[in-house]
Amino acid sequence: MSKVPPNSYRTGPDIDGHFGAYGGRYVAETLMPLILELEKAYEAAKADPAYHAELKGLLKHYVGRESPLYFAERLTANLAGAKIYLKREDLNHTGAHKINNCLGQVLLARRMGKTRLIAETGAGMHGVATATVAARFGFPCVVYMGEVDVERQKANVFRMRLLGAEVRPVKSGSRTLKDAMNEAMRDWVSNVSDTFYMIGTAAGPHPYPGMVRDFQSVIGVETRAQILDREGRLPDLITACVGGGSNAIGMFHPFLDDPEVEIHGVEAAGKGIDTPFHAATLSKGEPGVLHGQRSYLLQDADGQIIEAHSISAGLDYPGVGPEHSWLRDSGRVKYFSITDKQAVEAFMALSRLEGIIPALESSHAIAHVMRIAKEMDKDKIIIACLSGRGDKDANTVAAVLGEKI
Amino acid sequence: MSRIAARFEELRKQNRAAFIPFVTAGDPGAEITAALLEKLPSAGADLIELGVPFSDPMADGPAIQASSQRALKAGMTLIKVLELVRRFRKVHAKTPLVLMGYYNPIHKYGTARFVKDAAEAGVDGLITVDLPPEEDEVLRIPAISHGLDIVRLATPTTDDARLKTILNGAGGFLYYVSITGVTGTKSFAEDDVRAAVARLQAATALPCAVGFGIKTPERAAAVAAFADAAVIGSAIVDRIASGASVDDVIAYCAELGQAVHAARG
Repeated sequence: MSKVPPNSYRTGPDIDGHFGAYGGRYVAETLMPLILELEKAYEAAKADPAYHAELKGLLKHYVGRESPLYFAERLTANLAGAKIYLKREDLNHTGAHKINNCLGQVLLARRMGKTRLIAETGAGMHGVATATVAARFGFPCVVYMGEVDVERQKANVFRMRLLGAEVRPVKSGSRTLKDAMNEAMRDWVSNVSDTFYMIGTAAGPHPYPGMVRDFQSVIGVETRAQILDREGRLPDLITACVGGGSNAIGMFHPFLDDPEVEIHGVEAAGKGIDTPFHAATLSKGEPGVLHGQRSYLLQDADGQIIEAHSISAGLDYPGVGPEHSWLRDSGRVKYFSITDKQAVEAFMALSRLEGIIPALESSHAIAHVMRIAKEMDKDKIIIACLSGRGDKDANTVAAVLGEKI
Repeated sequence: MSRIAARFEELRKQNRAAFIPFVTAGDPGAEITAALLEKLPSAGADLIELGVPFSDPMADGPAIQASSQRALKAGMTLIKVLELVRRFRKVHAKTPLVLMGYYNPIHKYGTARFVKDAAEAGVDGLITVDLPPEEDEVLRIPAISHGLDIVRLATPTTDDARLKTILNGAGGFLYYVSITGVTGTKSFAEDDVRAAVARLQAATALPCAVGFGIKTPERAAAVAAFADAAVIGSAIVDRIASGASVDDVIAYCAELGQAVHAARG
């Protein structure tokens, strides 16, 4: 592999949907015409000012953007190191970053004349965001969710149903996010003419990884302007949790060509990356092909996919978006991992110190901040993406603490 | 001439369509698959499609998903699939065999090493469901150099421009997926499939096989009247799942084979 850095880290994907050796279009032939059509439609939308204007209006008036960049004063004081800012995606309508992507995709679905939405969901945040835009734009909507996740995210299942979506529990395989994605793909292949598949993360066949990244880049674009405004300079370090990696790539992408900004992705180490129970794809996986893309994967010696584990349903995925694989290999972004236990500790700390209950997913990024901030000088600046709110995780955390709700 | 080409040439002379049964390797165990493979040619199988089990078979319906799970649980691996093919080849020199599966096990095995080992074991072709023409060069180039055909798929969503892309590099036979859906779920409208196959046959000299929606001997016969081959998978796999003995499964395959072979009177 070449050690010469590229002129820019922001030019991917190439015309065939590759980020270096990753990405691509590994789908059944039935779906090929559909993803080629989607690619065309997205290229046309990107060039259409009316599309951008409508999306911008919805992000402002419906989602409540821009989201604040909040200085976490007590967390900073407590750690006695670098200044810590939080990008408050938890304050978005529906409580997470997922809505940024769903609005972009639903406008595209409407442009393409599609009449039905499907989605996969892990923690349920993407499912809720999809159900939300389906209600807002009058689409029928089916959300596939692993049976295990249906059980641990009951509140979100109820929210989706309230919004008019049908939640189909997936009983195959490990009954979590990867199986929900398999089932959504099977639905898509069976309903090619009317259905739009809203993938919830920056993964899947081209054009999804780049497209979802574009929709989520609003996070990093705002953050960059906000920190320049507040501090008059770029941060020293930015960080975000990585499951499929959409909040992370949205945060990172606008900073990739700023060499002074160090970038850390944080994966779920579950019960520890040296146990079989983790979701640290970039740390412990190896390249493979799943869900339409080539990327790092948790797999066994025969190329069968290994079930991931994380206390956080949104990170419980054995793959990762292809741009992260490329950024890992290129060395531009460094990837770390945080255990279930550390994530719960961060969940508690942020709740008590800042009055902000973070999603368990985002708690991984917070835990990483708590680990590194104290080693950094007080004039340094860290920004973490607080990708979602933690109300949905109350039951899970209560169970860890041995409390009944 | 490859085994696949020779077999279709022979059938063309007899004015017969090919009967192609599908079974998942290792479902419910390696010895049962070995016994089925040994007996399928005598049950009328003109070509055999052997499924390589994968943990995440995205293009497959419940029957083949479950069969993959059973096979993996019983310890089937790609290395063991090739062992089954070697055993089959010792007994049957002429019946072509293609592997059908997903790319990741091959990717993990090492693509170059895999095509060499597969060719040596006696595999004739590869159907890799999640490797469309845009991505299959990495497998196609070494496969062809080892005499393996890359079998491409056409579907109801394939327009004329797409068909050109599919045919450019296609080998062995063209596999028409008769439904927009996963294996073993929907049924097709016979007139639609007849028209689709006629269009494919006009565009390529390759034999055209039809699969994904054939569930009964009657449907198999209907397809065999105009297509060059009928592939039956889920219906056979369902019988294996229900605990039928090897002889019962073979008897059912013989029924399917007779229906296909008698289709053109």
